[in-house]
Order: sequence, then structure tokens, then C-alpha cells
Amino acid sequence: MREFTYSRAASLDQALGTHARPIAGATNLVDLMKLEVETPDALIDITRLDLSRIERAGDGVRIGALVPNADCAADPLIRRHWPVLSSAILAGASPQLRNKATTGGNLCQRTRCGYFTDLSTCCNKRTPGSGCDALKGVNHNHAILGTSDACIATYPGDMAVALAALDACVQIQGPDGMRQVPLREFHRLPGTAEAPDNVLQPGEIITAVTLPAPPPGRQIYRKVRERSSYAFALVSIAAVIKVESGLISHARLAFGGLAHKPWHDPAVEAALIGQPPGQAVFQRAADILLKDARGFGGNNFKIPLTRRTLAAVLIEATRD
Amino acid sequence: MPDTPQARLVVNGTPRSFAGDPRRTLLDFLRLDLGLTGTKKGCDHGQCGACTVIVNGRRINACLSLVAMHDGDDVTTIEGLGSPEALSALQRAFVTHDGFQCGYCTPGQICSATAMLDELRAGWPSVVTEGLSGPSDPSDDELRERMSGNLCRCGAYSNIIAAIREVLQTEPREASA
Repeated sequence: MREFTYSRAASLDQALGTHARPIAGATNLVDLMKLEVETPDALIDITRLDLSRIERAGDGVRIGALVPNADCAADPLIRRHWPVLSSAILAGASPQLRNKATTGGNLCQRTRCGYFTDLSTCCNKRTPGSGCDALKGVNHNHAILGTSDACIATYPGDMAVALAALDACVQIQGPDGMRQVPLREFHRLPGTAEAPDNVLQPGEIITAVTLPAPPPGRQIYRKVRERSSYAFALVSIAAVIKVESGLISHARLAFGGLAHKPWHDPAVEAALIGQPPGQAVFQRAADILLKDARGFGGNNFKIPLTRRTLAAVLIEATRD
Repeated sequence: MPDTPQARLVVNGTPRSFAGDPRRTLLDFLRLDLGLTGTKKGCDHGQCGACTVIVNGRRINACLSLVAMHDGDDVTTIEGLGSPEALSALQRAFVTHDGFQCGYCTPGQICSATAMLDELRAGWPSVVTEGLSGPSDPSDDELRERMSGNLCRCGAYSNIIAAIREVLQTEPREASA
């Protein structure tokens, strides 16, 4: 691990506008610092800030950025009204990690691309301009949507996939005030080599994630992975679907493991709404979702896997 | 330039203090500074669970935590759960059921299982739990899922589950205070 200075923020103001990297749960950042993939020269410990509460906000809820993943998943309000969020969190990591990982930190989780964490290889995300060894390398868990020639890494998290299906917003505090970013616009696509993971600027801190009123219908999180626990998603789907009088009246779908961000395509939802549940409708939704999908050899299987997983989720979501 | 980071914490009931290089992990602090070598370093990347300790009642990976961040915290390691003369219920059950071969993962397994039983008593759900309500009678699949953060290279899993199940069935199921 490279040397760094450490300070503890006693107030939010102290943590804003500094070049020091905020650290909270530490599970991802310390891991990457040990590998020297992350080399901050200063850390500011924000764990003492008052950002650890889950509270009602109108008909919705406000989840403080320091709420541990385990607490969010176990919270009675979240379990009752936004169960897809609990399910997504519980499908990720291990109990030990969920006890430490925070809501805000989890959004900033970095990719698990093996080339990103191997300093002896080329990775545009780690070293801009160096190239991408994943393009022709071991890429079975890489992206099939929204890729670029610079990067085919995936965003690895589960929680954010559920948040994308729940129309969540990210509250971000900076030296000049607070801004709100829809979750679906928080993470970025790789584009050019220098593209950062998300829209968070240096000196800013995530303070909360907000959810609007509980959506109508059934909520499902389905994760397909290479072992039954403690593994990243090959593909995951967060679904919120309501059927009324034999027709799909509400549909929200977000996808993990497919792209550099939780993937959301309004055209997929539009293809479902107003339609009777059935294979023809589900396959058309998959056609739209995967229209521009592109495999890179090792991950070609994700295209049919996504199609089958989507159909399975929609069958479960629309069952009587 | 900030001062050398300092932290005062309680480890197994004893007040301890840290002042030094901020790179010191909680794991290295316990093993190298305090000589509490029961907590093991396996992967050092949060994947194996050998370093599991209980901080403020929660199980965590000590390898992914900087000790400077634990000012004011209460830490319990395997040495704090029981002693050779007075084993904890889980420690005794691991012996009874032969819940290990080499023993390297065992301190982490037992710390993890100790906190896991509290999570069960508190009604925490898991991805295996039907309907996200805490399970009333956890299945083996449920226990395996809840212990998935602890790997055993010797593959003593079935005996580990048997040990945990014995404690689960003999201890009264009540909410922890």
C-alpha cells in the first residue's frame, strides 16, 4: 500500500472541497489500495458524520449514505415496501462485507475486471491510454451493452440495479451546495479511455439515496452467477411489474452484469406496458434489450443467458 | 499535514490504543501489535473470512479495515469468545463435531457464526429466506448462505454446519438484548 495521510471529518463541511478521498466502509477502497490500483495520497474518514439513518420522506424514503448494506436490507420499511432492494443487497457480497459496506460507497464500487486489478496488464480505466487487454482476453464476465473500444468492464454491484428499477435519486453534497442525480444517470458508460465511473466530482460526497413512493406490482431480483453465493452477477435483473385486467400496467426493469452501469432501457418497458403477458411479448422485449448487444468471445453466452433470464423473471412477475 | 492517526479501542474487554502508520489494518494491529494471533490472515482481500472479528456486535473482515478508523470501537476476537478452560458454546460444538481439519479458518468461522446467530435472533433476512421475513427454522441451505463469507479449504463444511446447528437447537431462540 502506498503512503497516505489520514484525517477524520468531524462535520460534513470538513469533508467537502478537499482533494482527500472519502473513506467509509473501506471494503473496496482498502482492497484496491493494497493492490496499488488505488493510490490516494490522503484519506478523509467520513464514518463519524450523521448520515446513517433511514427515514421516511413524504411517501418515499431517504437512505443515508452511511447506512450499512446489511442494515438497509434488514430495515422493516425497506423489506415491506421496496423488497427488491433488500433482495438485491442480500444477493451480493458476504455478510461480513455487507456489515461494513455503505449505501454511498457501494454506488462507487469499482469494476471487478481482472485486468483493472492486475498492474502488469493494459487497462484504460487504471492507466488511461494504455489499452484494454480484456477486449481479446479473459472476458467471460464483461459487458455486452454500452461498451467502447476503450473499455468493456461492468459495474459489478447489485444494490444499484434495484435502485435503477425503483427510480432512485442520489443526493450529492459539494462545496457549492446539494445536487440530485437520478440513479440511472449517476454511473457513466466507458466512452473514451479517460471516462470516470460516475458523475461524482472530486470534493463531493454522496449524502443519501432517495426512493419515491413504493411502486405498484410485484418486485423481483434475479441474479445468475457462477456459484450460489458470494459471486458477482453474470446477469441480474431487478423487475417491478404490475398486471391489471390481464394486461401489464406497470413495468420497471434494470439489468446488472451487462454494462458499465446498471442498464435501463425505457423501450423495453414500453414494449411490455399494455400487453398481455406471454412468450411473444417477452421475446420482443428481449429483442429490444439486446438489439445492440455485442459479445467479445468469452462473454458471448451472456446474450442468450440474458434473454432466458428475462423471460424467466417476466413469467414469475406476471404469474397469477 | 495531519498528525499521526490515533485510535483508542477496546479489544476483548481491555482498553488499547493505536498511534502509527495509517496503513495499519485492524488485522495487523491485532496480530502484530497486540499479539492476538488467533485472528488469521488468509487472502488479505476480504474473500476468505479467516480474519473475521466482531466489532460493535457485527462481524467484519479485519483485513479490509484500517485500525485508525476504529477509534471508540469494541472489538471481540476468538480469544475474547472463550478460553481453553471455558469454551464458548460454538467453540465446544466445533470440537464435538470436528468442524475443522487444519484449523486455520476456524477462528474466523467461529467469530462469524457467533455473530450470525445474533443476526438470526434479530430476524435478519438472507437471500435464501422466503419472503424476506427472518427464518423461524433455518435450513442447512440458509446456514450455508449465512456462512458464505467464510471459506474452508479443507472442506469441513458439513461438520461446521452440524456444530452451528447444535448450538442453534440448544440455545433458546430469543432476541439479543
